[in-house]
Amino acid sequence: MSAVLQVEGLEVAYRTRGVRGRSVPVVHGVDFAIAPGETLALVGESGSGKSTIGNAILGLVPAAAGRIEIDGRDVTTMSRSARRGMARTVQAVFQNPYGSLNPWITVGQTLAEPLRIAGRSRPETSERLRWLLDRVYLPHDALDRYPSEFSGGQRQRVAIARAIALDPKLIVCDEPTSALDVLTQAGVLSLLRELQDELGISYLFITHDLAAVREFAARVCVLERGRIVETGRSEEVCDNPQHPYTRELVAAAPVPDPVLQRERRELRLAAERRGAASS
Amino acid sequence: MTVAPISDGRVRTGRIRTNGLAVGALAFVALVVLAVALAPVLSPYGVNKQDLVRALEGPSASHVLGTDSLGRDVLSRLLWGGQPTLLGVLVALIVFVVVGVVLGVLAGTLGGWFDALVSGIADILMSLPGVVLIFAVLAIFNQELTPAMIALGLLGSGSLIRVVRATVIGVREELFVSAAIVSGLGPVRLMARHILPATFAPVIIQASLFAGAALAVQSGLGFLSLGVHPPDPTWGSIVGEAAANLAKAPWLLFVSGGTITLVSLALALVGDGLRDVSAARRRSDGGARTPVRPVAATRPAGAPAQEGVVLSVQQLEISFGERVVVRGVSFDLRPGEILGLVGESGSGKTISTLATLGLLPANASITGGRILIGSDDVTGADDRGFEGIRGRRVGLISQEPMVALDPLFTVGSQLMEVLRYSTSLPASQRRGRAIELLTRVHLPDPAGVLRKFPHELSGGMAQRVAIAVALAGDPELLIADEPTTALDVTVQAGILDLLRELRAERNLAVLFVTHDLAVVADICDRVIVMQNGAIVESGSAEELFANPQAAYTRELLASTPSLVRAS
Repeated sequence: MSAVLQVEGLEVAYRTRGVRGRSVPVVHGVDFAIAPGETLALVGESGSGKSTIGNAILGLVPAAAGRIEIDGRDVTTMSRSARRGMARTVQAVFQNPYGSLNPWITVGQTLAEPLRIAGRSRPETSERLRWLLDRVYLPHDALDRYPSEFSGGQRQRVAIARAIALDPKLIVCDEPTSALDVLTQAGVLSLLRELQDELGISYLFITHDLAAVREFAARVCVLERGRIVETGRSEEVCDNPQHPYTRELVAAAPVPDPVLQRERRELRLAAERRGAASS
Repeated sequence: MTVAPISDGRVRTGRIRTNGLAVGALAFVALVVLAVALAPVLSPYGVNKQDLVRALEGPSASHVLGTDSLGRDVLSRLLWGGQPTLLGVLVALIVFVVVGVVLGVLAGTLGGWFDALVSGIADILMSLPGVVLIFAVLAIFNQELTPAMIALGLLGSGSLIRVVRATVIGVREELFVSAAIVSGLGPVRLMARHILPATFAPVIIQASLFAGAALAVQSGLGFLSLGVHPPDPTWGSIVGEAAANLAKAPWLLFVSGGTITLVSLALALVGDGLRDVSAARRRSDGGARTPVRPVAATRPAGAPAQEGVVLSVQQLEISFGERVVVRGVSFDLRPGEILGLVGESGSGKTISTLATLGLLPANASITGGRILIGSDDVTGADDRGFEGIRGRRVGLISQEPMVALDPLFTVGSQLMEVLRYSTSLPASQRRGRAIELLTRVHLPDPAGVLRKFPHELSGGMAQRVAIAVALAGDPELLIADEPTTALDVTVQAGILDLLRELRAERNLAVLFVTHDLAVVADICDRVIVMQNGAIVESGSAEELFANPQAAYTRELLASTPSLVRAS
């Protein structure tokens, strides 16, 4: 089966502000692919370029070099209007559910927007809206309410409903749970998993949290300063990290078990002391 | 899967809540505009009808607002005079809004050289001496008011250009705009639906403020007899005539000046009211909270402070008005102990922590129980009551170290400031002590860090500086409110290592507030789990993780993802 997303040699650069803005490369030659119905995680710390890669795939920042193929079509060379047509294929769920919904319009208007642009009729749209709310377990009266009336978890459900409105093949999830409480996080991840089983969506799951990667993604790419340093099955990368940076990440992440965590901490501190002594 | 019901308490209060004063002001402005528009119908006398016998009379049944020096009816002249005055304001306002919004939106959207050009123009407009230019325009256009008012609108629009540009740039960074682009919105719809609506509130506010200013300028011109064609009145020219007769008929000035003052004031109030409504709309909780005065806490004859307890919270109850948000919370913290306070948002963990430092928001108060720091009862104490406690005996580090540090001052000046009031060190030794503190929190090149501004530090370095600040007064208790939540995992590990070291070295007690059970497992000796303002379970960390009793604790543990496969 061909990949839903194929990224080859992707480079992204930002221009610094001002008239004599320089171009600063932040992503250097990144390659990965996602199969239909698969979840791939991009994990890294701040400044690793993980969100930038997601934004390049979504067409929010231009690629400086390389190819991004979504569903077999190269989006890096597309015209702007053709790129807008890709909304049916690739969608997004962002980190901050408070910022990702327009506070001035109702949830119904937010959800109807992609449908209206895609040319759905009014009755089709209103039927679809009810279907979407059922899918994300929100009551139908949510349509006439404003985002401020919802909790963070409920807003994230609205954002997920918007993302699946056009039946996309791929959703870029940029830290979709990191602003949420633990129980709400678990609820959102299980909702995403359920939708994947039902609709066969692929996810690009961008996160800083290795524990969530192990829980949610089949495969993972570890990013360090704009480069992929390790790729593999999530469990293998978490249990047996190969690259020194991945090892550092795994060693630094605490686990919810005080006894086990003490052992891990002592191993990490011992390794750090050895490192300090040898250097 | 369960779904929390949507609370009805969050209904759009921002929209419904009306600011009585602003509504009254709006009604007043509308009434004045209507009356002025209907001057031909409403005015009891002709605008220039003289009756020299009855000059400079006070209010009477036949002349409600009295007469002027030529015996003309003041009410009629105010109504007629309002027409050129308010029309002039309207012309200026239209130019102000059109130029400001169009240039502001284009600059904010297009960016690049166009933005630089427009920003330059705005700067020039704002720096021009407006009144002088308006005089010049009046001279060129033979005392015609309309060109002068157009010039006023243009000159004023610099500030609106800036406000609109900044709003547009801000909104374009919002995630909902990214989401709309991803949804396939074209640039025109994006502008109409998501970007322009965000500029409404600031534009209306700026416009109402500008209208007041334009009225003042317009009146000033009339007062100087500029742009006036006697005998036809403007409000300004009526003030001018009143000033000329100030000694004989002071009443006149009250009427004419009062009209202008009231309308200006009303316009400002309308602007204020609109700003409140738009702010309430954007706030996520929407609700207007009424501040309550702190109720004197009922102090039970609770157990006296135990020896060796740094912090003792006994049967603490905290309320927002009638709503009790924390109830029956009790715990003790001993030297050298790290106590975790765990819960989700709304569990009351943060508000309980703020109470121990006397930092409750104005609308919250302690309604029961007590808080002891060492042997001092600080329940409901004010800032003076906390003197000698905050900084000296209790230090605080929070989630956002960047927020805790003042961006305008160097690390050195902030640290030395804290050393000045929380220690008795002489000035000559403070710098040495500051370097010592920065060294203690493992910052490389401490002397260099002293000279840095907060924005020059990474998140992890800033948190280390915040810890150094908290340690400056050599406290026995450190309150750490989600200190690693905003940090990368490798940086988090370093900060937690540092806290453990400080505990071992100074026998420091730490109250560690977090929502992250993995962090709790790493750093805490004892754990308190809170839900809905009450403690549901507490115990040693090992005991609680191995054998959780409360259903809620079990649910939390089950929902926390682990990097390591459970054995």
